Amino acid sequence: MMTLEEAPLSLAKAPTRRLNMIEAINDALDIMMERDPGVVVFGEDVGYFGGVFRATAGLQKKYGKTRVFDTPINECGIIGAAVGMGAYGLRPVPEIQFADYIYPGLDQLISEAARLRYRSAGEFTAPITVRSPFGGGIFGGQTHSQSPEALFTHVAGIKTIIPSTPHDAKGLLIAAIEDNDPVIFFEPKRIYNGPFSGNYDKPVEPWAKHKDSEVPEGYYRIPLGKARVVREGEAMTVLAYGTMIHVAEAVLAEKGVDAEIIDLRTLVPIDIETVQKSVEKTGKCLIVHEATRTSGFGAELSALVQERCFYHLEAPIERVTGFDTPYPHSLEWAYFPGPVRIGEAVDRLLKA
Amino acid sequence: MADRPANSGHARGNLPPLSLHVPEPPFRPGDPVDYSYLTIPLAGAQPRPDEACSASETWPLCQDLIRVLDDDNRAVGPWDPKLDGETLRRILRTMALTRAFDDRMYRGQRQGKTSFYMKCTGEEATSVASAFALADDDMVFPSYRQQGILIARGYPLTEMINQIYSNRADKLKGRQLPIMYSSRDHSFFTISGNLATQYPQAAGWAMASAIKGDTRIAASWIGEGSSAEGDAHAAFTFATVFNAPVVFNIVNNQWAISSFSGFAGGERATFAAKAVGYGIAGLRVDGNDALAVYAAMRWAANRARSNMGPTLIEHFTYRAEGHSTSDDPSAYRSAQERSEWPLGDPIMRLKRHLIALGEWSEEQHEAMDREQIDQVKAATKEAEKNGILGHGLHHPFHTMFEDVFEDLPWNLQEQAEQAIRERRIKWPTWKEYE
Repeated sequence: MMTLEEAPLSLAKAPTRRLNMIEAINDALDIMMERDPGVVVFGEDVGYFGGVFRATAGLQKKYGKTRVFDTPINECGIIGAAVGMGAYGLRPVPEIQFADYIYPGLDQLISEAARLRYRSAGEFTAPITVRSPFGGGIFGGQTHSQSPEALFTHVAGIKTIIPSTPHDAKGLLIAAIEDNDPVIFFEPKRIYNGPFSGNYDKPVEPWAKHKDSEVPEGYYRIPLGKARVVREGEAMTVLAYGTMIHVAEAVLAEKGVDAEIIDLRTLVPIDIETVQKSVEKTGKCLIVHEATRTSGFGAELSALVQERCFYHLEAPIERVTGFDTPYPHSLEWAYFPGPVRIGEAVDRLLKA
Repeated sequence: MADRPANSGHARGNLPPLSLHVPEPPFRPGDPVDYSYLTIPLAGAQPRPDEACSASETWPLCQDLIRVLDDDNRAVGPWDPKLDGETLRRILRTMALTRAFDDRMYRGQRQGKTSFYMKCTGEEATSVASAFALADDDMVFPSYRQQGILIARGYPLTEMINQIYSNRADKLKGRQLPIMYSSRDHSFFTISGNLATQYPQAAGWAMASAIKGDTRIAASWIGEGSSAEGDAHAAFTFATVFNAPVVFNIVNNQWAISSFSGFAGGERATFAAKAVGYGIAGLRVDGNDALAVYAAMRWAANRARSNMGPTLIEHFTYRAEGHSTSDDPSAYRSAQERSEWPLGDPIMRLKRHLIALGEWSEEQHEAMDREQIDQVKAATKEAEKNGILGHGLHHPFHTMFEDVFEDLPWNLQEQAEQAIRERRIKWPTWKEYE
């Protein structure tokens, strides 16, 4: 159910359009650039070309070269410059072409953007939204497949957002841009063009067939820090985000399990209320993410759930994740936490 | 947005408003191309300082362009390396083989045999001629467009294709994206995929060679685009501080995916000119002139080997094809750029030079082309016996968990067993190829 806060300002009858995730992100950027002259968009290849995934297509033509522009290949510079522009009063939305390339910018993110507000007692802030495609499933090898979200959730002062549908991508990106704190906005590139069931040997379904590709026109925001109950259920709670929402959904549907699936949408700040309420109801918890297992965000989720729901738990919490190796090329699908891995964990929880 | 910092936004007095400069390339799709704005000096006109000169003596060359092959296909001037006919033919053959290889691998990707490929068309001299000017055991830290070095050093084409196909014979065990080769035996460092990270590593390898009193030097390649990365600054600084025996190459092929060289600072300065700021030797060379590239690298290698420290070489060239098989350059640059490029094609230029010398002929060249097509085809067939990407003939599952650490920790052992169990659940009759 959509809450009042999430509803388009133009009210429930707002006309909608079918968009894929790229188009929804492009639409959000377009709307925010229109509404706020302080919004600037930049990064490698985002200007004239419109981004290697086309997320910024058409924006330079519409808003001009001083608001949408290419940058030198220097992620430290991209993020550092965003911090400086934010200090001036702009609202920068830089793109890092692949999450795998964000690391040269980490000092600017971790030591600077995340702490400006704290160290200046609120005198300076970093109202920046760093967009970056992440995740695997596209034969990108170790440098175009990583899911580094846990590195950012471990930093005090950064919000981490991961949408799983075009509808959410647009509303969350608008809210992220309007947020006055630094936000990492990871876009699951495997589902840019369509949801993914995890069955890589089956043809790709386009977004057009999915209900959440129906995106309201115009401005609307999905508040940061609010999870979405994808499906209500009693048998177990599934905590996931991004691509893995669709994989988990497909597996549970195929198995006919009455699970409650929660799309966290925001990892920090996490919607603990929704998580806690659900696990208390179902008594079982399955956590799914694509990132490597050790010190992954699943570890944090697992700790939170046992701290808050211990006496409601009827089975050990299950974590389904990528393996603790770099992302391989030829064995990509053996690495990916697909239907078989999720299915085994579901079976264990059902038997418990 | 209440806590956005206050800012009046008002112009002060009569001062003109500031404006942001955003570079714009000279030509976009559909534009006619006119390169008359480029200064192309005459071949042979550039002085060649002594290899042991002070770095500052080279700095005028950072604004110049070292050229050897003239318009009449002669080798002229002090930079002529005066190579014998056989060496020239070997350089020509290696460049041509690199191109034939690229063409076939590109087609293979389009046919679905692998996920990705990157050609170096038009830039063959920058890697091949450089490799000929280095000793085979000098350590190279390449970027992703220096396949010519591996070919020059005799790495088997079949091994390259095994890597590109990520098949069961791939020496890198199917882990890396195609073309991210590694061969310790050929003093060829593992290619990262992250940009410019190899540059400070080359400085470090060279420092180690100096620490140990070795005679080997290091050389590294990045594109002009990735020279913007902080790693490049780190590399130059370490190299100059410690006088490291390293040759830094910046392959200025004008384009970094869709961003022209202006987005790396090319509007205001040459890339070679960075040498001045770090106080190291710098050369700027016609990257499509194999003899000039050879001569510049030879000069820099001799200098490094005689303990005179690092050199930065800018190779001025043109990326004739897309960035990769994932790129479509017609969306952002004029198709005419390639045909109008004033420095020509490195293979054709060397071919014409050899013919002018009476060391080569059109017939020999055509025969070589046919022979190399067959050679690449045979290597491809050989590699395909070990599989193409996604068709089952890959390395065994447990290899995915090896080499994360020297020893397999318990969690990876468990995960390896899990991966094999998952496979058996999905395909009950499945057997691992060993």
